[in-house]
Amino acid sequence: MNGEALRLDGNAAGGMLSEIFVPDVTAARATCANCGAMREMGALLVYASGMGMVIRCPSCDAVVLRIARPRKQLWLDLTGVKLVVIP
Amino acid sequence: MTEPFISRGFRGRRQPGATAARLPPGQYETPDFPVLSAGPTPRTPLASWDFLLRGADGSVARWTWDEFAALPHENVTADIHCVTKWSKLDTMWEGVSVDALLAAAAARGVKASPYVLATSDGGYTTNLPLADVMGGKAWVAVKFGGAPLAPEHGGPARLLVPHLYFWKSAKWVRQLRFMEHDEAGFWESFGYHNYGDPWREQRYSGDP
Amino acid sequence: MATRGASSVIAATPESPPASRAAGIAWRLATVVDVVTETPRARTLLLDVPGWPGHRAGQHVDVRLTAADGYQAERSYSIASAPEDPRIALTVLRLDDGEVSPYLNDVLRSGDRLELRGPIGGYFVWTVALGGPLLLVAGGSGVVPLMAMLRHRAAMPARHAVPARLLYSARRWEDVFYREELARLAEGDETLEVAFTLTDAVPPGWTGFGRRIDRMMLAEVAWPPAEQPHVFVCGPTPMVEAVAATLVELGHDPARVKTERFGPTGGS
Repeated sequence: MNGEALRLDGNAAGGMLSEIFVPDVTAARATCANCGAMREMGALLVYASGMGMVIRCPSCDAVVLRIARPRKQLWLDLTGVKLVVIP
Repeated sequence: MTEPFISRGFRGRRQPGATAARLPPGQYETPDFPVLSAGPTPRTPLASWDFLLRGADGSVARWTWDEFAALPHENVTADIHCVTKWSKLDTMWEGVSVDALLAAAAARGVKASPYVLATSDGGYTTNLPLADVMGGKAWVAVKFGGAPLAPEHGGPARLLVPHLYFWKSAKWVRQLRFMEHDEAGFWESFGYHNYGDPWREQRYSGDP
Repeated sequence: MATRGASSVIAATPESPPASRAAGIAWRLATVVDVVTETPRARTLLLDVPGWPGHRAGQHVDVRLTAADGYQAERSYSIASAPEDPRIALTVLRLDDGEVSPYLNDVLRSGDRLELRGPIGGYFVWTVALGGPLLLVAGGSGVVPLMAMLRHRAAMPARHAVPARLLYSARRWEDVFYREELARLAEGDETLEVAFTLTDAVPPGWTGFGRRIDRMMLAEVAWPPAEQPHVFVCGPTPMVEAVAATLVELGHDPARVKTERFGPTGGS
């Protein structure tokens, strides 16, 4: 079994992201800051390592988003995302 | 304050037992070897693989796969502890000690500095004090359980630093860069402890 | 207009349906009101969820188990019931080395309570209003959210205007969920076709497919790309990725091929 067999879709991040975003974010459009590809969040690739979710662009594999939950705080790194528009 | 709900009859996968004394606080033993990944598995062909020790002044000591294989290898048996609470006891590895790499690098004029940043294929990084990769505490491992290290577990080579939480044992490691000042790696800059001692349960940033 | 960095989240959402407007979707205590055996290794939990805001077919819930010493395990399960159904249904496949699924299959019983939050997910959802044709491709327990879509479709008088096809891959006939219900739905509805493929063993007299889903099978079952079907693929990650890639190779618009990967084995 390899890292690819474990990966999930952006949906898998829906529960954690619902803790800070009021509207559902899995249908939001995310633009990769690295390559410019735009997709719905649900179509991004989620690597859930237990330490956090690392969400990558299916086109270029760059990290688009990171989510971690140390000690009940929610950490969110959006620096890999150019724009998120929630329809 | 409401009492938390308890699921009737749920105990999870854990088995407390004879090995409890060897487990750091908050850890559970697992018979598996969970694969945790932050990205797709890199697949660097051995013909293009190399390993670098890079000095703070930019000097570099480099080994190809064949040159690396010619360095002295050691067998290592270690308990490993993941911050996600699973531990695996008596894991068996084979690799080159970082001490041997440091000595070989020094012979080529690459001097160590107080801090190290391990960098891997795929972009993962983790930082450690030099003192924590010296003195028989760290290896670059190429075999696990007697067989070449599988890609999903970090092969062809990964860092092995068993006395710290296992996120410090960077999979697919390609370089140790020496630094005069500490620089936080991938998880250390994102909520996790900068040092990561399992015996003091240093999981998250802000933990004493 | 592109902006960079962490400040670039725009949170305007005029028209989101009620199911996704809940702020910080709260954990709720559901009560198990009934349990239905689907196969030797899977069962459906029927739940009463106080304050349930409603959901759309394709969404999931997060389930959380807590041991007496505070240890917690959390997993996601797709909702099997249609939004029109009176109870929330979760169909859980038992993984022998799982942590949560053995509990949900072996220990949990009617009257017990279960902590969950949801509904979650606005990407992998289908409503009759979105139209069709509708192509559903399921691998193993991946059929669960797709069944919610078919149940929702069956509850709508307008369903005949939305032709639908389900291609359902399972190891053996005994592993197929919802066998009788799928037969009944297909029999009563000319615009619904259900095709099975069994990968490990077929029963005597089997006339369905008997191999892993491949390009030829998809080409046979799927509508031509020109019909622009809405496609939903769900199951173990390797299967989902192979099917989605093949559909795109066949000419389907990637934006209309939605995936829900269940991870390596399709359960936990």
